Parts: sequence; structure tokens; C-alpha cells
Amino acid sequence: MMALLSRGCRVKQSSQESTTDQMQIAIESSGISKNFGTTKALNDISFSVNESEVFGFIGPDGAGKTTLFRIITTLLLPDEGEIRVLGMDCTFDYKELRKNIGYMPGRFSLYQDLSVEENLNFYATVFGTTVEKNYDLISDIYSHIEPFKKRLAGKLSGGMKQKLALSCALIHKPKLLVLDEPTTGVDAVSRSEFWDMLRKLRQHNITIIVSTPYMDEAMRCDRVALIQDGRILTIDAPQKIRDGFSKKLFTVKSVEKYKLLNTLRKYPGTITAYPFGDSVHVTFINDTVDSSLFNFLKNGGIGDVVVQEVEAGIEDRFLELMNKAE
Amino acid sequence: MENQVISVKNLVKKFGSFVANDNLNFEVFGGEIFGFLGANGAGKTTAIRILSGLSKPTSGEVNVAGFDAYRQTEQIKKNIGYMCQKFSLYEDLTVKENIILYGGIYSMSKSLIKERLTEMLVKLRFQEYENRIISDLPLGLRQKLAFSVAVLHEPKIVFLDEPTGGVDPITRRQFWEMIYETAERGITVFVTTHYMDEAEYCDRISIMSDGKIVALDTPENLKKQYNATSVEEVFIKIARPVID
Repeated sequence: MMALLSRGCRVKQSSQESTTDQMQIAIESSGISKNFGTTKALNDISFSVNESEVFGFIGPDGAGKTTLFRIITTLLLPDEGEIRVLGMDCTFDYKELRKNIGYMPGRFSLYQDLSVEENLNFYATVFGTTVEKNYDLISDIYSHIEPFKKRLAGKLSGGMKQKLALSCALIHKPKLLVLDEPTTGVDAVSRSEFWDMLRKLRQHNITIIVSTPYMDEAMRCDRVALIQDGRILTIDAPQKIRDGFSKKLFTVKSVEKYKLLNTLRKYPGTITAYPFGDSVHVTFINDTVDSSLFNFLKNGGIGDVVVQEVEAGIEDRFLELMNKAE
Repeated sequence: MENQVISVKNLVKKFGSFVANDNLNFEVFGGEIFGFLGANGAGKTTAIRILSGLSKPTSGEVNVAGFDAYRQTEQIKKNIGYMCQKFSLYEDLTVKENIILYGGIYSMSKSLIKERLTEMLVKLRFQEYENRIISDLPLGLRQKLAFSVAVLHEPKIVFLDEPTGGVDPITRRQFWEMIYETAERGITVFVTTHYMDEAEYCDRISIMSDGKIVALDTPENLKKQYNATSVEEVFIKIARPVID
């Protein structure tokens, strides 16, 4: 196993760009698989994360995000494949590695019957440091909840729990911060604020990996991996993922949304038609819109149709890749 | 006037000195898809509990499906459906057993349950899953099934509390198509979500902040009013999260 792992370090992945050669690699993984009984939770996962990067794993529940994060944080061993984190081996160097990782699990895991400041002190002490020593790192985040520092963690609101958990994950000044679905179930305003906080952490040269089921949050990451059914669909900078959409994409709008969708699906020139908010996102075989479409819709009883070509979003590309994978 | 299925006038709900719902006023109509949005802690859950007959108002007039929210909570419960992300079906029962159980709870006849069961399995292309245990099904299938079960008894209104959290983008869209189809049948859909793009699927949306409804209109009109290109932008402009 040792021999295998050291060999793995030298393997260069073809998907890597030349610029990454100069950068330090924070996580390097190749061919990771993990099964639970007959369920393939992870299937041949390979990726690398650069130092100081904000790297997102975007995918629905059950895609394998949490399993992968548990492997990265040395809480679980893969069945197959190789992984090195911060230059260390996840199996043999786990003790040293854990000192350098801050992990915020998806479920709130702090001590509910300790106060805010007791939790923070506890985590600092466990990692052999003090709150004062690393306060500058958390001050932006912790200052929001400091007025409530005597309150029990279990009595905090959702948004405050999230800020405390992030403070506790950071208090030992980790090199790698692992955030498992920190924004799930959180409203749009708080989600946006959370991402602003993560952005600010970049100046401290912390590598951040974060998972989320919200496709729109991909744009907040430097690079993302789209993940579904234990497989990585693609890895790239978010804009490049959008650019990878293979067809021209059109939005079609009309007052009667549901009827419009069903009629577009019947149109012979349509490849895909998906509801997207107030419009339908459509791809056509010949990549253009002509009078036959408008006539078809008109005959279907749909008037006042507005069609526009638009740039594909992350979610459009995700849908396209999902269809290809099937 | 169109047919109202929910009418709320001056609804106030207090817990001790805390005002969770602060003078809410709104109406929801038959066959409408109504999006009920708000920041965490804004008071949405409190209002939904009142509308579904699980909790009584402190003051104000609330009428749901033609029944009074103070005195006729049992009739309200019979005329609504409810589904949320966290719990919806019994995980250790099969698909078929769940449907029989829910049909029984809503006092449906055996023959009607059987008829709806067959209909539903065909519509969802679920025939092969009939005797599978719920916990063995992928999340997406489970959510679609849970929604079908919530409207099994053809309620006047179905409440969906974050029904699509965490599901993949294809399933999320199939789910919304089921919502459209249900609304076309005349069932009112009352839905909460944190996906702001989903708010755009709704006929009208309300946005709650700090116990009050701060906006209520069609997504189109709200975007115009707040000079925004998306509902998300509107939301961020007016829905302040609760600090404490």
C-alpha cells in the first residue's frame, strides 16, 4: 500500500493545467472508491485542489459529498484509490493531518449545553492553542455572535450556530478548511453573507473545500467539481463549466408556463426543454429559432411568446451532463 | 371575486411576549401556486402551522378551505395535504403500504385507494417499486411519491414545506411539473423554498420578514417594483435575516 501511494504522487493528471504545476497542491486524489454494502457511494473519484483555493463540490443529496469529505478529513478510509492531503497520507499521517484541518460537518456538532465562548475555548484547547492567539482569523465572523457569548450553543438561531461552528473550525488556524453543506436550509440572504465571509478568509491563505446542493453557489468558488451518483461529472472554473454547454441555449417565455413547456416538448425541433423560473430553457436541433416554432406554439394556443438566446448557467450544464451520464 | 381557499385577516400569533406573526393579511385562490418566502426565523412555520390547523391564532380571522382556524381545525386537516422535506412517508413501510395507510387516515374507501394507487404508480412509472421499502428508494423518487401521497385524497390545498431541498436538478424540475399539473386540476399549492429560482415558478409570492409580510405580488410585478432582475435580488433587498 505504501508503494502504491508513493507511486500515486508522481502520476500527473491529464486534466490539470500547466499553471497548477507551479502551485502547491493541497489535496491530490486519484481513483477513490467507497462502497457501503451494495451502494457505491464513491466511484473512481480523481481531483486535485490547489493551495489557497476555494473549491466547491456541487451536487444533490446522495451524490457522495459527505463520504468524500469524511475521507479527506481522515474519518473514513477509501476502499480503493489514493489520496494525499497537505502532502500527507490520509492513512498513516492522520494524527498530524488532523491538526491542520478544520472541519464543519453538515449537522451542527458543537456542544449544545456549553455556552458560545465555552465551545470556542474548548476547541482552542483541544488543538493546544488559545482563542486570543488566533482571534484575528475569526474576528470578522465571531464579532457577530460575541454579544451572545454567554448563551448556550443549543439556544442559538440557525445563522448564529453556523457562525459559531465556523469560528470553532477555524480557531486552531487550519491550513485546510472543510465545510460540508454549510448553507443547506439557509435563506438566500444568509447564504450570500456566508460566502462573503469565506471570501475574506482567502487572505489568510487557507484552502477551503465546500459542498453545496445549490448550483448558483458554484459561481462563488474558484473551481468546482459537479458530482452525481458517486461520480464527478466535470471539474473546472465555474465560467468554463458554463462555457462547456454544447448547444445554443434559448429562454422561451409566455404567460401560460405549463402549457408552454408541454407544447415545446412536442415541437419536433426541440432537444431539451426544462422549466427555469419564469421561463423555459430550450435547446433546438438546428441551434436556431425560426417561424416554424412560433407557428407551432401559436397553433398550440400560446401567444405572446418571447424567445432570447442566453448564456448557459451551471445548472444547465449540470442537466446536460446528467443526461449524458444516463 | 375569485374563489378564495385561504383568507387571513389581521392574524397575530404570540408566544409569551414574542410576536411570531405580526398582523398578517393575505388571500390565496383556488388552483393558485402561492410561494411563501422569508428568511429563517421570519415566522413562516408558525403561519403554516396555523393554516394547517395545528396551532391556533392569538387573534385575527383565519379561514382555510371554508373552515375556521379556531373552531374547525379537524375539518381543515381533512381538506388539506401536507408534505415537508424532513418527514413525509414511513420509511420502513413499502410504497403500497404507505398509500393504503394514508388513504385510510383520510377515510377513503378501499376501492378508491386501490384505484388511486394504480393511477399513481402508472403516472410516476413506479410499478416496479410497489412493494419496495421507502428507505431503499432514492431521495428524488421518495419526494415525488410523498407529493403524490399528500394529494391522494384530492385536498383543496396542499402545503409543501421546502419540498425540493437537496434533490438533483432533473428531479427538481419533474417535481415542479407535478406541482403545475396539480394546480391545473384546481388544487391550490402553498409552497416554501430557499431556491429563489423556484419562487419564479409561482403565480404569486409573499415575502416575510420579522413576523410581517413585507411584499406580496406576482414575481413579475415584484421585480418591476424593486427594479430587480430576479426574485433573489428582491429577496436580498427586503428580507433581512433575524440577527438574534
